[in-house]
Amino acid sequence: MDELIQLSAAEQARRVAARAVSARELTQAYLDRVARVDDHIGAYLTVDGEAALRQADACDAALARGVEPGPLAGVPIALKDLLVTEGLHTTAGSRILEGWIPPYDGTAVARLRQAGAVILGKLNLDEFAMGSSNEHSAYRACKNPWDLERVPGGSSGGSAAAVASFQCAAALGTDTGGSIRQPAALCGVVGLKPTYGRVSRYGVIAFASSLDQVGPMTRTVEDSALLCEVIAGVDPRDATSIPAPVPRYRDALADTGDLSGLRIGLPREYFAADADAAILDAIDRARAVYSQLGAEIIDVSLPHSEHALPTYYLLAPAEASSNLARYDGVRFGARQARPGQSLLDMYRETRGAGFGPEVKRRIMLGTFALRAGYYDAYYLRAQKVRALIARDFARAFERVDLLLSPTTPSVAFRLGEKTRDPLDMYRADIFTLGCNLAGLPGISVPCGLSGDGLPIGMQLLARPLDELRLIRAARAYEREVGAVSEHGVPTQRPPEVAS
Amino acid sequence: MADSLTRDDVTQIAHLARLALSDAEIEGLRTELSAILTHMDALGAVDVDGVEPMTHPVPIEHPLRPDHIEPSLEAEIALAGSHAHTDGCFQVPHIIKTATSATAQEK
Repeated sequence: MDELIQLSAAEQARRVAARAVSARELTQAYLDRVARVDDHIGAYLTVDGEAALRQADACDAALARGVEPGPLAGVPIALKDLLVTEGLHTTAGSRILEGWIPPYDGTAVARLRQAGAVILGKLNLDEFAMGSSNEHSAYRACKNPWDLERVPGGSSGGSAAAVASFQCAAALGTDTGGSIRQPAALCGVVGLKPTYGRVSRYGVIAFASSLDQVGPMTRTVEDSALLCEVIAGVDPRDATSIPAPVPRYRDALADTGDLSGLRIGLPREYFAADADAAILDAIDRARAVYSQLGAEIIDVSLPHSEHALPTYYLLAPAEASSNLARYDGVRFGARQARPGQSLLDMYRETRGAGFGPEVKRRIMLGTFALRAGYYDAYYLRAQKVRALIARDFARAFERVDLLLSPTTPSVAFRLGEKTRDPLDMYRADIFTLGCNLAGLPGISVPCGLSGDGLPIGMQLLARPLDELRLIRAARAYEREVGAVSEHGVPTQRPPEVAS
Repeated sequence: MADSLTRDDVTQIAHLARLALSDAEIEGLRTELSAILTHMDALGAVDVDGVEPMTHPVPIEHPLRPDHIEPSLEAEIALAGSHAHTDGCFQVPHIIKTATSATAQEK
């Protein structure tokens, strides 16, 4: 494998800026890599090679003219296909949007472009980001690069798989209930879910508007810091984006050798839940690393944790049932048309044919929860329990600065293993849902391999807008265990795909 | 709270959700949704007395901007992704039946 494509995004940006490598050379190297391995993995839904090379050439030409390079100048990045891209096919992993060419860029995408990034293409996902295995993609299943018979997680499965298999320098994902952190854990990459409102949701196809957030998926903590810095910040086009200044997250990377004074909480309910022994062992080793670095480890309680799953799976589908009402065959996407069809039948038939089974299930669940006569017992009650869950976190953060737990209860499961029982699939998110319900920032960082050689992720959560501390602690761990080389190449990587 | 759903329940929810479902889908959803809702019933036991519902993770003040006209998408571009459009409008099946449209629809 070409050494260039294994470097961190930050290192690639440094080399492009120093003109040690051209953006075109770098972009071509990734396009070659995708052509060689992605038939086996299925991470991409659309590769935009021609446009990517055009962007790369423009970057090289600007550098030759002496233009100051942006922080991601020439770095090839790929996007979860939930992010709207001007002139580039966007599907949300759904048949109902097949063929849709958006007329605008989402804000996070526009900010990446402004920073000089080269957009390689669009990545696979569970349809409308609803799923934990990427098996609900309407186009093709994506495989885990560590074991092609296993899932990459979801819903940002394509993003995690592409980053892990060196098919892009970095990717963006979205996280509504764990969709960045869970696949990051299962594919052995870093996944950062910023505070709700930290990154604009303009141009992110909406799933559950009070939970959705965009974030980076990368091979190093430095890269997550770099991408977050680029995409974060208030946006007049998203009224829920937070008008707070964006710190230089990369400043948190220097001087992380000593974590004295940092208090890390272990939420006891997360450890009492049913997680693999190998995962609990790995988290215990991570805890020891943090102790050694000077952090104080404190037991804490999040008493309403067990209610996060039913709360989430009422609120998120309820919001989705409303958000997905716009797919009616009128303004964009596919339409089921026939002569003599009424408007109502056009809606019903378009949606019946265009949505896959999991999306239908959630629309039905959400419609049920919002229905007159059931609203108080389900939707309203879930909103109250959500308040209790958020209060648990607020109380814990009076005593500690960060929370440490496993990201997932199990390592990557086999394709088809959980598709028969929706509830079994939903349980893959038990450790990640609370963070979204409370609107907190969270990160998943690789912390070792299971006996089968599959990646394990640890999750750190912080107070709202405290991404800086999250990044600092994640980087301290990464450095202490030597997870990446000086140039940001991961020391543990998936086996090479036979081509 | 949720007794097992009947086929009629599922059909009614599907109508509200504007989803055409096959018989097999209705039966599948009936059993799946019943199982999921039984699991959700655990929330019924949580003491939520006096708890304010949380609609949003962060306190939001509704931001206002000056009432300036800003450029937006050209109508043609906004219409380009639609299945059918005419005279600068999205086109849908007839809603109001006129003598001609009724005849046209009957064809």
